[in-house]
Amino acid sequence: MTTAQEAQREAVKHPLDDLLRTERIPHIWCPGCGIGTAFSSCLMGMKESGIDLDNTVMVSGIGCSGRGAGYVKLDSYHTTHGRAIPFATGMKLANTDLNVVVFSGDGDLFAIGGNHFIHAARRNVDLTVVCVNNFNYGMTGGQVAATTPHLAKTTTTPLGNPDSPFNLPLLAYACGASYVARWTTLHARDLTSAIIEALANPGFSFVEVLAPCPINYGRRNKEKPLDTLRLFQEKSIIKNNAHPTELDVDWERGVVLGTFVNNPRPCSTDMYDKVCRLEEKPPKKSAA
Amino acid sequence: MTGDVACAEGALAAGCLFFGGYPITPATEVAERMSHRLPEIGGTYIQMEDEIAAMASIVGASCAGAKSMTSTSGPGFSLMMENLGLAVITETPCVVVNVQRAGPSTGLPTQGAQGDMMQARWGSHGDYEIIAMAPASAQEIFYQTIDAFNLAEKYRTPVLIMTDEVIGHMSERVVIPDAKEIKTIERVKAKGRKDRYRPYAAGALGVPPMANAGDGYKVHVTGLTHDEMGYPAMTVEAQAVMMERLMGKIQNNRDDIIRYEEFMTEDADYIIVTYGVSARTGRAAVEEARAQGIKVGMLRLITVWPFAEEKIRDLASKVKGMVTVEINLGQVHLEVERCVAGRVPVKLVGHPGGTLISPDTVIHTIKQEFGV
Ligand SMILES: Cc1ncc(C[n+]2csc(CCOP(=O)(O)OP(=O)(O)O)c2C)c(N)n1
Ligand code: SF4
Ligand SMILES: [Mg+2]
Repeated sequence: MTTAQEAQREAVKHPLDDLLRTERIPHIWCPGCGIGTAFSSCLMGMKESGIDLDNTVMVSGIGCSGRGAGYVKLDSYHTTHGRAIPFATGMKLANTDLNVVVFSGDGDLFAIGGNHFIHAARRNVDLTVVCVNNFNYGMTGGQVAATTPHLAKTTTTPLGNPDSPFNLPLLAYACGASYVARWTTLHARDLTSAIIEALANPGFSFVEVLAPCPINYGRRNKEKPLDTLRLFQEKSIIKNNAHPTELDVDWERGVVLGTFVNNPRPCSTDMYDKVCRLEEKPPKKSAA
Repeated sequence: MTGDVACAEGALAAGCLFFGGYPITPATEVAERMSHRLPEIGGTYIQMEDEIAAMASIVGASCAGAKSMTSTSGPGFSLMMENLGLAVITETPCVVVNVQRAGPSTGLPTQGAQGDMMQARWGSHGDYEIIAMAPASAQEIFYQTIDAFNLAEKYRTPVLIMTDEVIGHMSERVVIPDAKEIKTIERVKAKGRKDRYRPYAAGALGVPPMANAGDGYKVHVTGLTHDEMGYPAMTVEAQAVMMERLMGKIQNNRDDIIRYEEFMTEDADYIIVTYGVSARTGRAAVEEARAQGIKVGMLRLITVWPFAEEKIRDLASKVKGMVTVEINLGQVHLEVERCVAGRVPVKLVGHPGGTLISPDTVIHTIKQEFGV
């Protein structure tokens, strides 16, 4: 690089550059996509939380959101579709010193990976799971997902979705997650704070981020990128501690955002040490 | 002890510290033993929600630095194929034990077979090389499990132990040697300047030195086709370069990886090619045939994959005929036929599964097919 280029590079330095694989930018995300905002809020939260970033890993599954792991300058693992959570569980249990963040999409975490999510939440595995919910399968071109609103149009529901979507915070709560929050990409500051809280919770933390996918979801549902953000602004209701049964994504009635669960309880590895390891035995040695 | 228990003990002797399990007959006892023993030595056992998760968890655990393992049987082995491929492409050491039972599908859950041998070779999508071993006794599964971990670490690859219900459940005398007599191999770790490390650049034997999570190298590991940095590279060229090294690190080290045993082959007119529990049939058949004056010998494959091609070709040039003995309807047999390539007649002594093949059947086939 010439000095002039370096100076220019310095001038446009992003505050998160030290956490980004800058050599891999430009990223694959479309203009107007919400993933970038969710991702940068997540990185900001990781940075501000003060956790030891040398011992922090990001694990993703497959999807547009799942590309997150590819851009973060941490030990990062881009796994198979739906399997980020069991992969992350193995990592955490093998080396409890690691902070493990899962960053992935709604299809990945709740359709193909749904079984893994409910069990990791039940065990209270010490993971921070960030789900970018863009109401569809973005990467494969906009098919119906387990989060697609009733009657919404996708490439595989051309006349509208006959099914009802998951209420993800309710699911997380029912499965035993010890931290549950939901924000939208418009609420970047709140989202960052939620990530910080989620990282501080020594157990299974779940943060849902509602995000626009203008290319595949918005376009088919007559939502321009700005319309989606307007919806996020006008139709969201911030209500911390709202009961999880009130959290259906229903834009007519309004969508509740906030922190809904923050009840730390012993995480899976603490319980394993307590129940399965006899006291006189040597302490857990860290892996080779 | 049973073969399943000996397998678990072998894993512990090899330094296994993480086991992600899911119960299935006839492999459950491996998981049970690990669940008792791992917490005693500072390791971790977890029963995952299914075999997809069990396989994913051991790949994750290995990336975090722990030698890791899972065990299963046919139906679970099918579910593991997805993340077996992930372990192959990310070059993550781990060991998968398949205590085979008769299939397809739920098949005969409590009865042995060797019907997953081609699945072991080709079960996950795409091209790849894999190491698969086949123990013939409880004592051997103990040592073979250690060997499997050593090969996994040395070559940064998943290694399969393709045993079966009979070996898994049969109780035999097993001698567990002193820890200091056991040779264990650890993965070659990344060294030197962190900014110069190329996580997928070939090291010795074509195997890249590995950085575990938390080692400070900030690696990116992906199941996508990647370049030496580990970064996704969606080009025909990157695919070719990656595949050449992935295949090459096994193919070019075949002499170090392939293990077999010969029994009375020097003067043999006929050769039995077999592996795993069927080698017991093979050995008895050799002895009985010799007693009857027929010069039969046995090639026992200890690693079934990669295939001992050179050895089979060599034997085929010296004998009058060969038989493959395996408890399936012709899987490894196809490879034997391919390597013999018509030099001598090759016959299958197979079985649909559920029981062992009797030595008499083997001798009968040799007599009938080769006119002796
Ligand atoms: C086993 C398997 N099935 C299907 C696919 C194809 N696929 C890739 S991404 C994806 C959906 C991703 O959706 P989501 O997790 O919501 O991520 P988004 O792209 O919307 O961010 C699918 C079905 C795959 N990669 N693997
Ligand atoms: S397809 Fe949708 S989710 Fe994927 S990058 Fe484009 S806008 Fe984002
Ligand atoms: Mg999605």
